Amino acid sequence: MNRTDWETVIGLEIHAQLTTRSKIFSGASTAFGAEPNRQACAIDVALPGTLPVLNRGAVERAIRLGLAIEAEIAQRSVFARKNYFYPDLPKGYQISQYELPVVKNGAITVQVGEGEAAYEKTVRITRAHLEEDAGKSLHEDFHGMTGIDLNRAGTPLLEIVSEPDMRSAEEAVAYARALHALVRWIGVCDGNMQEGSFRIDANVSVRPKGETRLGTRREIKNLNSFRFLQQAIDYEVRWQIETLEEGGAVQQATVLFDPERGETRVMRTKEDAHDYRYFPDPDLLPLVIDRAWIEEVRASLPELPQALRRRLVEEHGLTPYDANLLTASKELADYYLTAVAAVDPVLAKPCANWILGELAARLNRSGIEIGESPVRPAHIAALARRVQDGTISHAGAKKVFEALWAGAGEDVDAIIQAQGLKQVSDESALEALVEAAIAANPKSVEEFRAGKEKALNALVGQVMKASRGAANPQRVTELLRRKLTA
Amino acid sequence: MSTERLLASSLRELATALAEGRTRAEALAEAALERAQALQERLNAFITLTPERAREAARAADEHRRAGNISLLSGIPIAHKDLFCTKGVRTTAASRMLAEFVPPYDAFVVERLAQAGAVSLGKTNLDEFAMGSANEHSHFGPCRNPWDTDRIAGGSSGGSAAAVAAGIVPVATGTDTGGSVRQPAAMCGVTGIKPSYGRVSRYGIIAYASSLDQAGVIARSAEDCALALTAIEGFDPRDSTSLERPVEDHAAALAAADGRLDGLRLGLPREFFAVEGLDADVRRAVEEAARTYEALGARLVEVSLPRAELAIPAYYVIAPAEASSNLARYDGVRYGYRAPAYTDLDDMYRKTRAQGFGEEVKRRILVGTYVLSHGYYDAYYLQAQKLRRLIAEDYARAFASCDLLLAPTAPTTAWRLGEKGQDPVQEYLQDIYTIGANLAGLPALSHPCGFDAAGLPIGCQLIGPYLAETRLLLAAHVFQQKTDWHRRLPPL
Repeated sequence: MNRTDWETVIGLEIHAQLTTRSKIFSGASTAFGAEPNRQACAIDVALPGTLPVLNRGAVERAIRLGLAIEAEIAQRSVFARKNYFYPDLPKGYQISQYELPVVKNGAITVQVGEGEAAYEKTVRITRAHLEEDAGKSLHEDFHGMTGIDLNRAGTPLLEIVSEPDMRSAEEAVAYARALHALVRWIGVCDGNMQEGSFRIDANVSVRPKGETRLGTRREIKNLNSFRFLQQAIDYEVRWQIETLEEGGAVQQATVLFDPERGETRVMRTKEDAHDYRYFPDPDLLPLVIDRAWIEEVRASLPELPQALRRRLVEEHGLTPYDANLLTASKELADYYLTAVAAVDPVLAKPCANWILGELAARLNRSGIEIGESPVRPAHIAALARRVQDGTISHAGAKKVFEALWAGAGEDVDAIIQAQGLKQVSDESALEALVEAAIAANPKSVEEFRAGKEKALNALVGQVMKASRGAANPQRVTELLRRKLTA
Repeated sequence: MSTERLLASSLRELATALAEGRTRAEALAEAALERAQALQERLNAFITLTPERAREAARAADEHRRAGNISLLSGIPIAHKDLFCTKGVRTTAASRMLAEFVPPYDAFVVERLAQAGAVSLGKTNLDEFAMGSANEHSHFGPCRNPWDTDRIAGGSSGGSAAAVAAGIVPVATGTDTGGSVRQPAAMCGVTGIKPSYGRVSRYGIIAYASSLDQAGVIARSAEDCALALTAIEGFDPRDSTSLERPVEDHAAALAAADGRLDGLRLGLPREFFAVEGLDADVRRAVEEAARTYEALGARLVEVSLPRAELAIPAYYVIAPAEASSNLARYDGVRYGYRAPAYTDLDDMYRKTRAQGFGEEVKRRILVGTYVLSHGYYDAYYLQAQKLRRLIAEDYARAFASCDLLLAPTAPTTAWRLGEKGQDPVQEYLQDIYTIGANLAGLPALSHPCGFDAAGLPIGCQLIGPYLAETRLLLAAHVFQQKTDWHRRLPPL
């Protein structure tokens, strides 16, 4: 059997850290980067007699996410205890939702690939449940000992579990990116992957094409970038196929990705899997969410990327590809919408082109976030308008863009004026140049009159040259055509 | 009246003496401390005495009184079961594991009583982590019964019951997971109430079995219980299972009583009186109590709790299951006992927990771990939860034909220390009458109703529907107005 006969099956479990200011079951702060154990209160340290109290804000965020993925919000969900011993798990159990999660049966549709090869893929989301994070074990700083930092213990997480619907690393990355954009879009997670706010576990298996049963999966833990997600899956798939083709068997296991070596290695196998002894946490009542609360949260949601994408295609006339790019983040989409709002909707396309072209390239090259861009949405709108009304050429507009980027001023018209970029559109001013070009190029004139459209371009070029680029090419074309067909 | 005699009277009488200036909080605290210290060797009722703190609190209470700012409990000496966290005072749960543990905060109950001006003498003995019915399983040695110091005080709140019975304090706090307030109250001849689940905040109580644990009080009369309960109940946002309802003035209802219980229907559960191990003297005394209630106007009705016997197996699955998880935090990592020598992390866990916990605690952790394990969960834990619901339904059905249930608190009187030997089941069977109220979340109290041939006190239990604490206390109060069992003092 050769490689093309294998099908890859991927499901992702994503831990999104919620944006609440305090922890899920205590009042301690969730801010990142404090001195070890400065943000761990009696509850987080699991002192005897302490009790958890659920943070309403965490539930509100779970509802937001649930609504954004068109899932069911459970009217009643239950917190359970997941029991295991580990030094950074203060209570000896993690409070997590097990049998009855707060969110179930959602889905998101994502764009995979680019250009002609692009396609839409719907990934079903089995469930999303609330749970608390554990602390951190610090092995480096203490010789022969392990330090424990409980600042992160009790940080609210939403674990978002997909169905095994993805069939390639590319699909998995597209899904993870879309979810990442979505959680930031609706403000439930800051998405900071370096700080561990968005962590991905990938369940990967392979099976012969046409087989309906799933192969044995291995779970790649704790991937904290999309690049690693891609690399880890690619490696894992290759490894599994090779193993099977060599007659071996894949053992169910949890593996870690080593980015240095680009490999996965086994952390634990099924044999040493814990028996977590889940049972409902008697310290917490079942979480009951009434309809009114759900509706309240729904009303507070912004327009979601998927809906906005549809609107950009249908109302703004953008391509699905551009619409997808513009909705990659809330900041970008807001930037675009602000620009378009300042001009005629027919300028949506040029605005999108400016943003996805010149601006995106500039931001990318300089490592600046769109929020900090010196070129503001109003500038983009003004550029598009001045190109459209013929005040400047596209080349001129690029010069204005450069000036804006360099901070040469705020007023686009003033920059055009100062740099002398205004095109000559006035007929009386162009007339002499057009006449001269006709007189000097009888051959082209003849060819055009004989029906060769292209010959007109040569004449336009002559006029442009004579005007040193200042002439408005559109006007020149009109004028030439009128003169020659008169 | 001497200060010492005064200490053996009721909370109400003490409060009156304080209000009339016949004594001062400081004098009371001094006398109580003296008595506690004098009896410590014989009873071992306290794990920790805090004389300096007590004196300071008493002085403050006297000052408040001078300033005209007083509550009924102000200046009253009390004691806390050493399962309630006390800020700055070690809180051991009678375990080696927490022998040196000093909490940085007060339990809700401790906070409330301190706010009311009560003067805590210290922390009372108990079975380790409240697991036991004798107060024999304590790292600090068994607590002894004031009526016969060769006998158990009952458990797990043995120290609190003994301290009240011995005239050290008029009221002490306890917790009741399967009878731990009521059974020692019965064994020591005092009155104890376990409120409805959720009535009193569990915040700051070292957890044994969270879905069953409930704080209560032990005192010398139902009236004193009523006063103390009002002081410790009420909503606490720090406990998610705490009830959001106003504090009730139980004692006010008692004050309005006319000495009669006309129309009260008292249900006698048939199955409870058919229990094999029910001691003849206990049966006689409880039946006599029932007749006294009848004479006070109550109507006796026979009711049935068909699944009464299943309460013990259900309890001894659910409580250990929760305990196995609740006690996982005692791992030697952050606080509490840590084994002095170990080779690696697993070895540290193993040795710390092997050395830090006593036998009964380890037994329940093992049972609890087992019943929650993969493959056993459905057969044990889930079954037990179903039983729990059925048992609660039995109680609900019984309350359709009566207002309160009347039963023995325990099948026997206090046994000799060490008598139950190595068979834990013998001790578990002692809980047959008390466990049901915990499984169903119902309020229940025990009051003295006589003595056996050996002169040991016998307890009569009243169990009420959910939130019927006032009804329970009122019935017992009327009974106590008519009888004097609760006024008898042990021959110390």
